[in-house]
Amino acid sequence: MNCREFTEFLHEYLFGNLPAEERAEFEKHLAECPWCVAYLDGYRKTIQLEQAAFASAEDAPPPADAPEELIQAILQARSRS
Amino acid sequence: MVAGSREAGAVADEATLLARMQAGDDDAFEACVRAYSGRLLAVARRMLGHEEDARDAVQDAFLSAFKGIGRFEGLSRIGTWLHRIVVNAALSRLRTRERRPEMSIEDLLPHFGEGEHQVDPPAPWKTTSVAIVQQQEMRRLVQSCINRLPESYRIVLLLRDIEGLSTEETAQTLDSTIGVVKTRLHRARQALRSLLDPYFREGEV
Repeated sequence: MNCREFTEFLHEYLFGNLPAEERAEFEKHLAECPWCVAYLDGYRKTIQLEQAAFASAEDAPPPADAPEELIQAILQARSRS
Repeated sequence: MVAGSREAGAVADEATLLARMQAGDDDAFEACVRAYSGRLLAVARRMLGHEEDARDAVQDAFLSAFKGIGRFEGLSRIGTWLHRIVVNAALSRLRTRERRPEMSIEDLLPHFGEGEHQVDPPAPWKTTSVAIVQQQEMRRLVQSCINRLPESYRIVLLLRDIEGLSTEETAQTLDSTIGVVKTRLHRARQALRSLLDPYFREGEV
């Protein structure tokens, strides 16, 4: 396995149900290639970062209610329909 | 979660709320709008990035949900059902609006040179990357990088990683295939990694 193949299919390694033989190929490459170790680490952190960017902090208030004017617009549109 | 308990309080008995809406009870419709509109607006804002479009999508979603309330059997939670409907309402708004100029996904993917190594060798990221995103400024930075992704990739990333749809559900929602969704999601994460790299590399400020 080379870096191009590793990068192309690393999501299968992380999330796919690869047979043991194919997993071993990825792990062998990782053991030899610090660049792909760094790439994989950044890829994993990217996923955590996107989720953290939209999640509420633990101590944050609950998601704000929709503005009252939107609520009224929806209720009025419903009564018209 | 605070939001969860609040919502549970507001719609303590989903079956009753559903039955009341199906019987045409105005108060039940209002309770439903008050309980779920905040969360649905957050979904629409993430997908559309434009306040007025997001509000219109939420309104479209509620009207479409209420129109079909007689056919909703209550097999999923009301919140889950409404979530799907607002995703679809936001997608149909996205389809009708003018496309903005966007970056090519190819420019954001790794490039390979001699020996099939990356031309720009990857460097490790700070170990504190995920912790510092709790800061408002860093959250905005990550959100703005997501918004720079080409639309067809950004939407797959949002639906899978943020909105929590499965690969199958995403493919169905986008009228696409499982293979295309898997590839787009991987490319979207790779592209986002490239956009975030300058900020999270070890040694960078």
